[in-house]
Amino acid sequence: MRRGRFAPSGSAAERGNMAAAAPAARWASAAAAAALLLGCCGAVLAGGIQDQAEQFFKSGHTNNWAVLVCTSRFWFNYRHVANTLSVYRSVKRLGIPDSHIVLMLADDMACNPRNPKPATVFSHKNMELNVYGDDVEVDYRSYEVTVENFLRVLTGRIPPSTPRSKRLLSDDRSNILIYMTGHGGNGFLKFQDSEEITNVELADAFEQMWQKRRYNELLFIIDTCQGASMYERFYSPNIIALASSQVGEDSLSHQPDLGIGVHLMDRYTFYMLEFLEEVHPASQTNMNDLFQVCPKSLCVSTPGHRTDLFQRDPQNVLITDFFGSVRKVEITTETISLDRNLAGFESELPKDVLATEPLKYADQLPVAQIIHQKPKPKDWHPPGGFILGLWALIIMVFFKTYGIKHMKHIF
Amino acid sequence: MLAVGLVLLLAAGLGQGTTRGVLREELLLRPLPVGDVAAVFQFRTRWDADLQRGAVSHYRLFPKALGQLVAAHGVRELHLALTQGFWSTQSWGQPPLGAPAGAELWVWFQDTVPDVDKAWKELSNILSGIFCASLNFIDSTNTVTPTASFKPLGVANGTDHRLLRYAVLPREVVCTENLTPWKKLLPCGSKAGLAVLLKAERLFHSSYHSQAVHIRPICRDASCLAVSWELRQTLTVVFDSFTSGQGKKDWSLFKMFSRTLTDACPLASESKVYVDISPKNKEKDLLEVTPTPTSVHEAIVQGDKTTYAVYDLLSPMLFNTSRSLNVQLKWKRPEDSSELSTPIMHAHRYVSGYGLQTGEISTLIYNTHPYRAFPVILLETVPWYLRLYVHTLTIITKGKENKPSYIHYQPAQDRKRPHLLEMLIQLPANSATKITIQFERALLKWTEYPPDPNHGFYVSSSVLSALVPSAIAMKNVNVEESPLFTSLFPSSDGSSYFLRLYTEPLLVNLPTPDFSMPYNVICLTCTVVAVCYGSFYNLLTRTFHVEEPSRGGLAKRLANVIRRLRGVPPI
Repeated sequence: MRRGRFAPSGSAAERGNMAAAAPAARWASAAAAAALLLGCCGAVLAGGIQDQAEQFFKSGHTNNWAVLVCTSRFWFNYRHVANTLSVYRSVKRLGIPDSHIVLMLADDMACNPRNPKPATVFSHKNMELNVYGDDVEVDYRSYEVTVENFLRVLTGRIPPSTPRSKRLLSDDRSNILIYMTGHGGNGFLKFQDSEEITNVELADAFEQMWQKRRYNELLFIIDTCQGASMYERFYSPNIIALASSQVGEDSLSHQPDLGIGVHLMDRYTFYMLEFLEEVHPASQTNMNDLFQVCPKSLCVSTPGHRTDLFQRDPQNVLITDFFGSVRKVEITTETISLDRNLAGFESELPKDVLATEPLKYADQLPVAQIIHQKPKPKDWHPPGGFILGLWALIIMVFFKTYGIKHMKHIF
Repeated sequence: MLAVGLVLLLAAGLGQGTTRGVLREELLLRPLPVGDVAAVFQFRTRWDADLQRGAVSHYRLFPKALGQLVAAHGVRELHLALTQGFWSTQSWGQPPLGAPAGAELWVWFQDTVPDVDKAWKELSNILSGIFCASLNFIDSTNTVTPTASFKPLGVANGTDHRLLRYAVLPREVVCTENLTPWKKLLPCGSKAGLAVLLKAERLFHSSYHSQAVHIRPICRDASCLAVSWELRQTLTVVFDSFTSGQGKKDWSLFKMFSRTLTDACPLASESKVYVDISPKNKEKDLLEVTPTPTSVHEAIVQGDKTTYAVYDLLSPMLFNTSRSLNVQLKWKRPEDSSELSTPIMHAHRYVSGYGLQTGEISTLIYNTHPYRAFPVILLETVPWYLRLYVHTLTIITKGKENKPSYIHYQPAQDRKRPHLLEMLIQLPANSATKITIQFERALLKWTEYPPDPNHGFYVSSSVLSALVPSAIAMKNVNVEESPLFTSLFPSSDGSSYFLRLYTEPLLVNLPTPDFSMPYNVICLTCTVVAVCYGSFYNLLTRTFHVEEPSRGGLAKRLANVIRRLRGVPPI
């Protein structure tokens, strides 16, 4: 039975496992007696078993990736870019390097001519926090943010000449965070005001990722209107999904800035950013805290989440499992001495081949040479197709009219 | 920590003899006639190695990303520029290094490359990953092969133009995400030397920002028997705080960049700041520079004698008085702005016409030299959806027709190739030349429109390459000793210098359909079909049959009994 339960975050999250059938009373009493017997002699082993159980429920991922997508174009959608950049900032701060982040921004707000403070994107009123910063690498910009490119990034079906920074090179031990924001509706998300991605396509893409073993666990966060409809159709295992609003509700924006003239952030991401600013790489905050991030009183919409496809208990899942990065550190006590004598290394390089006569720079505007330039001889191609057919027709007509005996004039 | 510092010092102190790379950095500050300031950063790495023959695995100053690119794709020269804004030659003078709006990439390949187009496509994809720009949109619809312009800037033993590719993306935006990887290619990053001034918040608050990467082979020494590779990273920015009313005409490094210089890059062999203090209109002592420069340098740049105050960051006396260097410039007397010298050549391009069917592109080129004429090559690349009519091409100078000495025109193929028009025109002295050509706008397929089609479509800047006569003859100087801003274009003789100017890009509206029409058509058609078909179906298949009136229920029969008793007709 795989249908899960989607709980608004007011009530406790329940796993959608099958409800156990109530055992008969006599089995219950027998089980209780056996438990008492085992309990007294198992007290010593309890501590060890507890550790092993926790170990079993730890994530087991070795690397972290993040795919952050902003799908809206135009200046009045400034807040969507600010949303994505604030998640980018948090993820970088908690340790995921740029090489493991695929950032897709559908429009440029920072250097937009309408921006009164160029090269900045603010998330708070009064311009307190510049989420754009000085060290940002956007992988997909402007017209490159399309449904096709997004699905190609997720499934890995990318043309061979794509550079590394634009690929999601995850493996089966990767935890991936996918954050999407923009304008959405019941069952779809709009890309750049010209195309949409539906929840079925997204669910199928995640299933392709699962079948190709492209993720260990996936955290999907979406901040759009009616966001909960986007995770309704997921059917692959190991996915946690969060959305900023339920079906039929709109996600609202936080506050406008009168200096910039637009709304700066959406409410859900604003409170999520405030929550993430408290998290540091070693913190033990877990997913249940993230589920409580924006109650209805602050967010006006009802955020939702879905954990039925996830195997672990969200209580045991650390925020840094998805937002932070695993770093393998090996401590060694042996001394490594640097080689001070670098001159010897350089002399091993091969000697260069010297030209026999001096080389010279090209003339930048050789007027005489240009005027007398002959047109380049084009490569001769044998006539094909239409021309060949036309000539064949003409020759056939000629010989039909005048008879075949004229052939002897040619041969 | 100490050990690492010692190793660094040793490595720097080993000198140019054994390390085969040399880094020079330089900043040129030029006050413009209107009161703004142009700052040109140049970082040049010269590397005495042979990238083409492979066997290079140790990269020290030359960045590995670019070195591997050059070696793997058989690149002889690479020039990439990302620009935001427009250098207005008429008010600012000749640009030190011109660039068109958007992204410009031109590459000369080695003649050993088997398939130039394939290498070009791969190269643009890799560069788009390195510089976070959408250079992967470069394909055959915006690539051209010029036949007379864009000769190689490095050493070359032949110029077969089939190995040259040129493309411009006029819509490309330049922002911090392009500056970040550019800064990471510098040997010192943005941590030491002149690069500490490169803060994005100040650099993009300007009216012109252009950053470029130039890779070319150069002569290793005066005898020119061996070839070295040169990487130049240049950044030109024009701060307009005075003309936009936000600041005073006096400027300082701190006001422009919100930073000051504290030291030179330890890996650089030369690190200098040049401030242009040439007297304008023969008036001396108009400008005052503080602190005192370490030396004064005179050079002939772009045909004119200019004086520079030089601050050498590697000289020990510079940081004697204070730990940081904040160059300040004060204008001694208010300069009368009526006497603005016009540059010898400047150009202007615009689109005219009305409606969404036809239009005309006009280019105006001015030669303001009083008695010398000179040739100029005009290269225009027009996208295929603006169909040019070459029979309407007219070139008029001083009222008469001016026939170009060389024309190369390659017509466009729909969705495959853009128009290419290259002409060599002689500009007579003191004249204005007007080149006009008419075009017709095509209707694109509805999936070919970008998500914001009502913004318009861009036509990239046209390129003017000219040999401009210089006012003062220039001597051939040693490239290694002259400042960097004089040595990008190799000069052949002293009487003229080579200049490349770019005109404005054009924004043209194409006839745009209403994209909600498919939805409207489906709704309307389905409604009409449903109504028509439904009616016909009913008419054809509906049969009428007589229905027996029902006897009525119990209530009705009782009611009828009562009514009969009353004498009223039954229901």
